Amino acid sequence: MSAALEARRVDAALGGTPVLHAIDLAIAAGRWTSIVGPNGAGKSTLLRVLAGLLPHGGEVRLFDASLHGLPGRVRARRMSWLGQGGAGESSADDLLVYDLAMLGRMPHQRWLAPPSEADRAAVERALRSTQAWDWRDRPLGQLSGGERQRVLLARALAVEAEVLLMDEPLANLDPPHQSDWMQTMRALVAEGRTVVSVLHELSMALAADALVVMDHGRMVHHGGCSDPATHAALEQVFEHRVRVHRVAEQWIALPT
Amino acid sequence: MIRHRQRIWLLAAVLMLLCAALLLLGVGIGSTGFESVLAARHDPIALQIVQEIRLPRTLGAWLAGALLGLAGAVAQGLFRNPLADPYLLGSASGASLGVALALALFGASPSATQWLVRLGLTGAAFVGAVLAVLLTLMLARGVQQTLRLLLAGVIVGVVLGAAKDLVTIGSADILQALQGFMLGGTGLVGWSACAVMAGLGAICLLAAWALAPVLDGLALGEATAASLGLPLGAMRAALVAVLALATGTAVAQTGLIAFVGLAAPHLVRSIVKTTHAWLVLLSAVMGGLLLMAADLLARWLIAPQELPVGVLTAVLGGSYLLWLMHRRGRGGIR
Repeated sequence: MSAALEARRVDAALGGTPVLHAIDLAIAAGRWTSIVGPNGAGKSTLLRVLAGLLPHGGEVRLFDASLHGLPGRVRARRMSWLGQGGAGESSADDLLVYDLAMLGRMPHQRWLAPPSEADRAAVERALRSTQAWDWRDRPLGQLSGGERQRVLLARALAVEAEVLLMDEPLANLDPPHQSDWMQTMRALVAEGRTVVSVLHELSMALAADALVVMDHGRMVHHGGCSDPATHAALEQVFEHRVRVHRVAEQWIALPT
Repeated sequence: MIRHRQRIWLLAAVLMLLCAALLLLGVGIGSTGFESVLAARHDPIALQIVQEIRLPRTLGAWLAGALLGLAGAVAQGLFRNPLADPYLLGSASGASLGVALALALFGASPSATQWLVRLGLTGAAFVGAVLAVLLTLMLARGVQQTLRLLLAGVIVGVVLGAAKDLVTIGSADILQALQGFMLGGTGLVGWSACAVMAGLGAICLLAAWALAPVLDGLALGEATAASLGLPLGAMRAALVAVLALATGTAVAQTGLIAFVGLAAPHLVRSIVKTTHAWLVLLSAVMGGLLLMAADLLARWLIAPQELPVGVLTAVLGGSYLLWLMHRRGRGGIR
């Protein structure tokens, strides 16, 4: 299977402190990969490096093209980003939900050109898929944390990129909407898109196709979610304080 | 969506109508009253009063207010802070220091009407404002980090303010004249000042409008804006240049006018929710309206005496923000 994203000997530092050490990783195209690990393992940093949002050593390749040589707009069309904590940003409170989702179309639009029919259709599809279409005329500031998160997810979906990178996308979502999110991810993967998500909810992460297990800035394991070796790596980085079980055809991680 | 678009156009139309009404009123208010307008057709002195004093002054107040409103909207978007104002990058203290130095050097009063002296003071204020912003940028090592930029702006503001105080201690006779500049005033704005503000204002408005999508992207955070493929560094530098140019131009012509730049975008946002492209345009019109109204009040309240317009904008703007704070007590200021 070909790689959508590839990290080769990637190092990164935050404020002068090394956070990632020599990461070699190939993320399969058309699959959903979750990155997990304890706090401070370097999960979000790795995702930011893969998104081309953080200076790094080594090389990151997006479908065989080095991110270094890729123009920003081309990268933005092919790879969409949903950041952590976006729902808490109050500076976007005065933007209408529709206008906010339309920002996802920016990489496809000519500068200052009005939205095309294709842009409008993509925004409507994205807002409908996160059940946010009914709020399109409301400012973001009038929505609850979970509702804001769904609008921000719609913004990321509106890019209609081949690769979606999401950092803690389930923050503020209630269980029914977490389940909706999973269905959306499954639908995206069925369309051939690649999804990479950093997740704290281990049971949700185990619903992915593959798991990248991180600890202390290093990749400890990369494997399928049903693979016993993956479960062992997961239990090990969490100091055996979680155990992976099979319940109702699903893998779940429970505290010991 | 359509309802929102209609609301934006309605607000724009109402603001323009109010501006036109205040412009007419501004031409009629002065020590000689509205009769000057009626007598202007046959009385050359009345014509001169209307044409050379009241009209450029009223229009100048609108233009300076528009520059400040525009700069306020850009500053609040750029720093992602609703309390950001156009003077944040040290331009106010830079302009004050420039004027203090020019006054100490020329020994002239800012109310002097000789064009050379006026030009000297205006030029000094502009150069001071722009140099202060450049110093802020140098200290912040560019525009990449907004927090560092904010801190550098505060430092430059304090240090240049202290330098201005030193200059005034050295030549105490300039104190009153400097006070006039720091309180802000539109009394001496002529056609040449209007032309400068209109020309540079048009450039700033066009640039801010063209760069407005960056402000929308930045509202979602730095990482998301960068992920949209925006060349953030270059665009942020261009926005800082617009901010500095608009503020420097207004300060140079009308002195330090408080609160217009802060309040205008807030007023617009409390009426319509929209993208920054509309926000910068509407904030400019709103800023113009606010300063024109304040200028009229300053002329009318204790006529035939005048209040410094900056004092009025501070009182009115402060009261408005206080009201806004109370009204949104639970949600905080947005």
